[in-house]
Amino acid sequence: MRWVREHGGYVIGFASLFLLWHVAAVYLVQSALFPPPGSVITRAVALFRDGTLVANVAISLQRILTGFVAGSLLGIPIGLCMGSFPPVRRILDPYTEFLRFIPAVAMITVAVIWFGIGETSKLFLIIYATVFVVVLNTAAGVASIARNKIRAAQALGATRFQIFCHVALPATVPYILTGMRLAMTNSFVTIVAAELVAANNGLGKMLWDARLYMLVDDIFVALLVLGLLGFIIDRIFRWCIFLFAGRYSPVV
Amino acid sequence: MALVSFHDVRKTYRSLQGVDYSAVEHFDLEIEAGEFFCLLGPSGCGKTTVLKMLAGFEAPSAGEILMDGRPVTGASRDRGVVFQGDDSLYGWLTAVENVEFGLRMRRVPRSERRRRALEFLDLVGLAGQADKYPSELSGGMKQRIQLARALVNEPKMLLMDEPFAALDAQTRAVMQEELRNIWQATGTSVLFITHDIDEAVSLATRLGVMYAGPASRLKEVVDVELEGARNRTDDRFLAYYRRVYGMIREEVEVARRREHPGGPR
Repeated sequence: MRWVREHGGYVIGFASLFLLWHVAAVYLVQSALFPPPGSVITRAVALFRDGTLVANVAISLQRILTGFVAGSLLGIPIGLCMGSFPPVRRILDPYTEFLRFIPAVAMITVAVIWFGIGETSKLFLIIYATVFVVVLNTAAGVASIARNKIRAAQALGATRFQIFCHVALPATVPYILTGMRLAMTNSFVTIVAAELVAANNGLGKMLWDARLYMLVDDIFVALLVLGLLGFIIDRIFRWCIFLFAGRYSPVV
Repeated sequence: MALVSFHDVRKTYRSLQGVDYSAVEHFDLEIEAGEFFCLLGPSGCGKTTVLKMLAGFEAPSAGEILMDGRPVTGASRDRGVVFQGDDSLYGWLTAVENVEFGLRMRRVPRSERRRRALEFLDLVGLAGQADKYPSELSGGMKQRIQLARALVNEPKMLLMDEPFAALDAQTRAVMQEELRNIWQATGTSVLFITHDIDEAVSLATRLGVMYAGPASRLKEVVDVELEGARNRTDDRFLAYYRRVYGMIREEVEVARRREHPGGPR
């Protein structure tokens, strides 16, 4: 019963999504350009069996995760510095405020010119898509630490460095994690766009090839897999937050 | 020599409109070791400013503040602080970890600091709640954590900024009684800020009433000579209450006129 109460909504939600899709495709649209879920899933199984789906998912995921991790590792310390030291903030503000309005998708052209269509350009793009969101959220987190948390630490004899490590950093963790979650979404958008335009493999490339040869089922397989992957990765991310950083959720 | 002395202290702030105003001016006060001193005054009279300066969070604009004969230059573990709200607690640490914080900063060994933290949690009546996070505890319990966190550090003095103002009346009365017991047991010196006359008379060995702000200073200091547990229905308690009420009443009136110059007289 408890399982039904907690997860029943998801089951109904997903079931209704597929049902609506089926009804729309079979009864309303009735076009070869809009396949029903049944044939898409059959095609997905076939692509899974011959290995192309797994290969494409693996390469896309690998690109997303490498860039995402690198971008976060770069963004967190920059954000911490910007939030902690106003002069650093003033120096770096033009960079973040200027560059964050240039979407990563718009940087694809530059990335390809600079780095070619190999992995370097994808890495560059995902880092670019990740870093500003993480920087801004981290800096905002540092700036919003309650002043009395710092004052209490001072009155308890903490040094500036200790206050940074034991108060500012843990108090900012929830903001960092929020920034990383948003960055993950950005990374998905960016990698598909990058692979559409310039790549030899990956889910975006799969989409592009399928369009070229009018393999409508393949297009829908790629879309379905993208949605599912995003959903699953976000769930895993939330679960990790709950497991490892639950105590850092903003409570006090 | 007094434990704490304020000599002709002034604190000037600049408003957002760029106008300077003094919260306190010509402020003098001496607190002896072991005293429980309550600073009382209408809202906006600069009581909290006085505490922030003594805590070392803010520097005076003029005059000097001495602690043990040495000028106060910044926050130090000499002066433990209990804040009004709960935003000073560390939400990612359990109650006992919050209490340990000061000891951990001083690199007291783990088992030693855990033992002492539990001892002080027990003192403030939170023995069973050591592993709970602040978000799981009530307002009164959170203030107890703050108190234990300050006391375990063995400060020379405890600075309390309206620590019970946000609690309900029943919890507040219990906390006041326990604070007085803890003060008697530990012998620490206290500066306690409040706008509640009843609270001040219940707790203080000496209390000071401030003029209405701005440019406030001490108006009058009263020795509260009531032995043992304080009884709010006792005639002598009520006599103190009335006396202090009279002093505050005038200042509240002045403050009201300043805030609403055209208001009813």
